[in-house]
Amino acid sequence: MNWTPDQPMVSIKDVHKAFGDFEVLKGVSFDVMKGEVICIIGPSGSGKSTLIRCINALNDIQQGSILVEGQEVNDPNLDKLELRKKVGMVFQQYNLFPHKTALQNIMMAPIRVLKRDKKETEELARQLIRKVRLEGKEDSYPGELSGGQQQRVAIARSLAMKPDIMLFDEVTAALDPETVGEVLLTIKELAQDGMTCILVTHEMGFAREVADHIYFTDKGLIIEHGPPKTFFDKAKDPRTKEFLSQIL
Amino acid sequence: MSKPQFKTDLPVLLPAGIRKQHDNFRIRLWHGVALFAFCLFSSGYVFAVEDGAQASALATLVKWIPLLLSGFIFNIVISFCAMALGTFVGTILGLGQISLMPAVKGSSWFVTQFFRNAPWLVLLFFAMFLLPFEFDLGFVVIPFPDWVKAIIGLSLPVMANVSEVVRGAIASLPSGQWEAAESLAYTRRQTLWLIILPQCVKRMLPPWMNLYSILTMATVLASVVGVSEVMTLTGEALAAEGGRTDLLAPFYSFVLLIFFLYCYPIARYTVYLEKKFAVKN
Repeated sequence: MNWTPDQPMVSIKDVHKAFGDFEVLKGVSFDVMKGEVICIIGPSGSGKSTLIRCINALNDIQQGSILVEGQEVNDPNLDKLELRKKVGMVFQQYNLFPHKTALQNIMMAPIRVLKRDKKETEELARQLIRKVRLEGKEDSYPGELSGGQQQRVAIARSLAMKPDIMLFDEVTAALDPETVGEVLLTIKELAQDGMTCILVTHEMGFAREVADHIYFTDKGLIIEHGPPKTFFDKAKDPRTKEFLSQIL
Repeated sequence: MSKPQFKTDLPVLLPAGIRKQHDNFRIRLWHGVALFAFCLFSSGYVFAVEDGAQASALATLVKWIPLLLSGFIFNIVISFCAMALGTFVGTILGLGQISLMPAVKGSSWFVTQFFRNAPWLVLLFFAMFLLPFEFDLGFVVIPFPDWVKAIIGLSLPVMANVSEVVRGAIASLPSGQWEAAESLAYTRRQTLWLIILPQCVKRMLPPWMNLYSILTMATVLASVVGVSEVMTLTGEALAAEGGRTDLLAPFYSFVLLIFFLYCYPIARYTVYLEKKFAVKN
């Protein structure tokens, strides 16, 4: 199947996923166009993280279809490595490699996985370090960096693979309040550069500002969705209203 | 600084530094020296009771020390070789234990558990009597002396323990490391060699050195199967002196002392490494 940029970059249809007897996703569908920024919000345990982990096949699904640039993810013969080269992911716990410096963390995957030239990659890595405003931290080990700095290195590490889509799984949830801002700023700039982003977040103000579309999930289903303005100001579903009233 | 005045029955409420100092049973260097001195003294006492017609126990010991030390060096050679062999095979076995192939995983697990739960002496006998004394390859005959068999016999339990150390170190890393590597499109093999194992080395070092210490002390088991290491030589020296009972204590104390002097620094260094890595992580 040939994918063209006018088709959805990610197309999720009726996705079901269960851990044992517990059904986490009960038929979720949505599309993401190129350059769009999508925020998924909802109470904990509603399947948000599971959902975005399915997009790069960290979790498999039992039913339904996930198309990434026309490629079916729910396929036993899927080339997971090829998929993951296109889909970057940033985690709540940063997960930097503690035995490598910030620069090495960023350079390693392009060199080892994509077999890129070492010199070019180093140049790219230094550019990315500047982009996430960490000049001077190139040779620091993750243990020497603050949470916010580590998370920005993690974003740069993912960007170094030149992905088409970025997934952010509650990337600010483990951070100090004062460092949340710097990470959100980095993501915002990324979104403004036209990167397709799918975020799971609890930062409502941020979601309102950067998202093109917001999805609210509860108990494995998408309850309500819409552009931020209508979503936050004119929520219709009682569960959405209750959630928003608790958070805002 | 005044002594801190923490009046509590709950050890968890004490600052970490204070809690750790209650290690009254730690063996210190002077314990070993005292033990040696006590043994020498008691042997001197035995000597005084007996007739004074023979050379003193101490003088006899000094005469035999070069031979005993050469035997001890043999112990160290055995321990080095058994450790090297056991570590090499054990690492492969440990990686086998985390294999995704059920057959490899299962058999590695079984071999590890089997040799880990077997007495070292039995494994030594096993190697001694099951391995041939030479290998005839048709064009060349490779001799297989006792001490090589002892190395193989001792490397079996080392192998099984190293296998568990490797498996445990890998399992102790947060799963986020695997996930991050996966999402960056590393293959499983790349993840293991570039990301997981380099981080494991640190974690494996203290238990590995501990194992080496235990192995070194176990090398004297080789005397039971006739390898001329320090215990065998001590026995022979005592026999050559006509089985004088007053020599037993100083001779065996000497063997104890050299093992203590060799193993104790390793144990202390292991504790140091454990503390260092515990803080850093």
